[in-house]
Amino acid sequence: MLPEFETEIEEPSAVAIESEEERRSRTGRIFSYAVMILIIVVILAPIIPIFIWAFSGRWFYPDLLPEEFSLRAIKYIFSPASKAAEAVLKGGSIALIATLLSLIVGIPAGRAIGLHDFRGKKLVLFLILAPVIVPGLSVLMGIHVAFIRFGLAGTVGGVTLAHLIATTPYVVMVMSSVFSNYDPEFEEQARTLGANVRKTFVHVTFPVIFPGVLVAGMFAFIISWGQYIVTLLISGGKVITVPLLLVNFASGADKPVTAALALLFLAPSIVIILITSKYLTGESAALGGFGA
Amino acid sequence: MTEVLLRGLTKIFHGHEDVLAVNDLDLRITSGQITALLGPSGCGKTTTLKMIAGLLRPTEGDILFEGESIKGVPAEKRGAAMVFQNHLLFPYMSVGENVGFGLKMRGVNKDEMQARVSEMLDLVHLPGYEERRPKQLSGGQSQRVALARALIIGPTVLLLDEPLSNLDAHLRDEMRELILSIQRQLEITTIFVTHDQEESVVLADRIALMFEGVLQQYDEPDSFYERPVSKRAAMFFGGVNFIDGTKEGGHLKSELVDLEVPNVDIPDGPVTLTIRPENLALGVDGKNSVECYIRSHVYVGTHARFKVQIGDAEFEVVGDASSVREFKDGEVVPLIFPTEKIWLVPQEEDAIEDVPEDD
Repeated sequence: MLPEFETEIEEPSAVAIESEEERRSRTGRIFSYAVMILIIVVILAPIIPIFIWAFSGRWFYPDLLPEEFSLRAIKYIFSPASKAAEAVLKGGSIALIATLLSLIVGIPAGRAIGLHDFRGKKLVLFLILAPVIVPGLSVLMGIHVAFIRFGLAGTVGGVTLAHLIATTPYVVMVMSSVFSNYDPEFEEQARTLGANVRKTFVHVTFPVIFPGVLVAGMFAFIISWGQYIVTLLISGGKVITVPLLLVNFASGADKPVTAALALLFLAPSIVIILITSKYLTGESAALGGFGA
Repeated sequence: MTEVLLRGLTKIFHGHEDVLAVNDLDLRITSGQITALLGPSGCGKTTTLKMIAGLLRPTEGDILFEGESIKGVPAEKRGAAMVFQNHLLFPYMSVGENVGFGLKMRGVNKDEMQARVSEMLDLVHLPGYEERRPKQLSGGQSQRVALARALIIGPTVLLLDEPLSNLDAHLRDEMRELILSIQRQLEITTIFVTHDQEESVVLADRIALMFEGVLQQYDEPDSFYERPVSKRAAMFFGGVNFIDGTKEGGHLKSELVDLEVPNVDIPDGPVTLTIRPENLALGVDGKNSVECYIRSHVYVGTHARFKVQIGDAEFEVVGDASSVREFKDGEVVPLIFPTEKIWLVPQEEDAIEDVPEDD
């Protein structure tokens, strides 16, 4: 941790430093707002046509906008016939459980990697990151065979486990960067002041790593929510999540329903982008741990 | 008021190579006093402090508070509050919440906590700072808040890690005064760690000097100047004048000098003579005087420092301010070694220089 030099400066020069600081932070703020707007435009702009499609009734080439708007597609995906609600529920709970499990594994792993040097650290890092580099398809067949043997193939549990392969690397990466900025002496400080191990985690460790946990959790959720091949192969088509439903419709001809499903598929990502962009531009210096 | 007893305390860090950080340390830390653990970095002083706090488990030996072993007592139940070098204020809490942390962990109710917090902030001269954020404080203020946070739990032992070394010169004095006055008022057994001999002298009642995990000398501050146990200990306390020679009865004989030495409890044979620069006197002839050549001098207002040579050995002499007019560089004058100011230590093969560094 670097000492805060500004605070040591005597009164008169502090005034000058402050205005300089202020100016710098203003340009910084303008820059970060610009970046935020750019991100929103780049990410949200392609969604506009999908949005229009979802609400369109009749829309023929070369019209710029549909001839008439309709809620047919929206109504359809909310009807039991579309099985969209079931897919959201299944995909959502798989993503939630996968997120929780990968946090349980990823927070301690991230701490070990971020804080300590140990023999074989590079190998451990490589193994954890391997699923990001190695194409999933190459190992999925083998996993499928193993899952069939253990009775996991075709089950929600099996799909959740398989999703962990994809989510865990991201959680470990985010948490190890959080912990590399983290000073474990804060925990020792808390202990000598009378906090036991549990209270130290609740009152000292968790508040500091919380923004990181939030980011890692959102990453994991989105990654699990978006899994297509893994879900399809492991479940053998028995566990239908939103991307499976979406692909199913995309190969058909009903564009408005496909678009409506696409919106449903995107909804969590959009919510999460809005939350994280608030964190990245906002006051949350805690994102970098105690380093502020 | 707690007496702390370290008995054969040993710590080995196992790793690629095992490191013996603290080696068979025996120390009785007087209750209600300030004790310094002093030594160059890597001498095991912070390791010792953390073992007393309960943050590190001793490899061997025992720690006793008031005669009772606390080896099995976890850190949070020892009541040994530690103030770290970097103050470590929790950044997401206000100053008040930081100070009240220890009470919150003990389940003290809000009203009592607020009263105690404001009492503690008064004690460290920061009244009404409860709502401030740690970021808004200067380095000195942060250190004082950290002190208040440790004191609020009514610690059995107060442990300070380099309490002054992160502060500017004028803040150091302020903090030293504050620690001293609070410690005298509350009479808490206080142990602090430092690599700076000056810091240890101005703050401590007793100093434990450690080199490479081994206790060298445990004494009152003036003893380290007057009666160091070794050349290294003398050098650590700024000793610069040494003569290797042979002790024969009441005399030290070397190629350069034959001096009458006091009755020091050391056997005849090879010894090293040491004397403080301020105890040497220039230009006085008489018993125990040796001709010396004045090489250079520095005038520092209140006094003057001379570098003189006897044979090829160099000595430092501190004279009063007027002596600069009296003695000129290049002159050869007598230098007197007052017998009662001479001290003898066993001769060492190669004394490693322990230059106190900033870290």
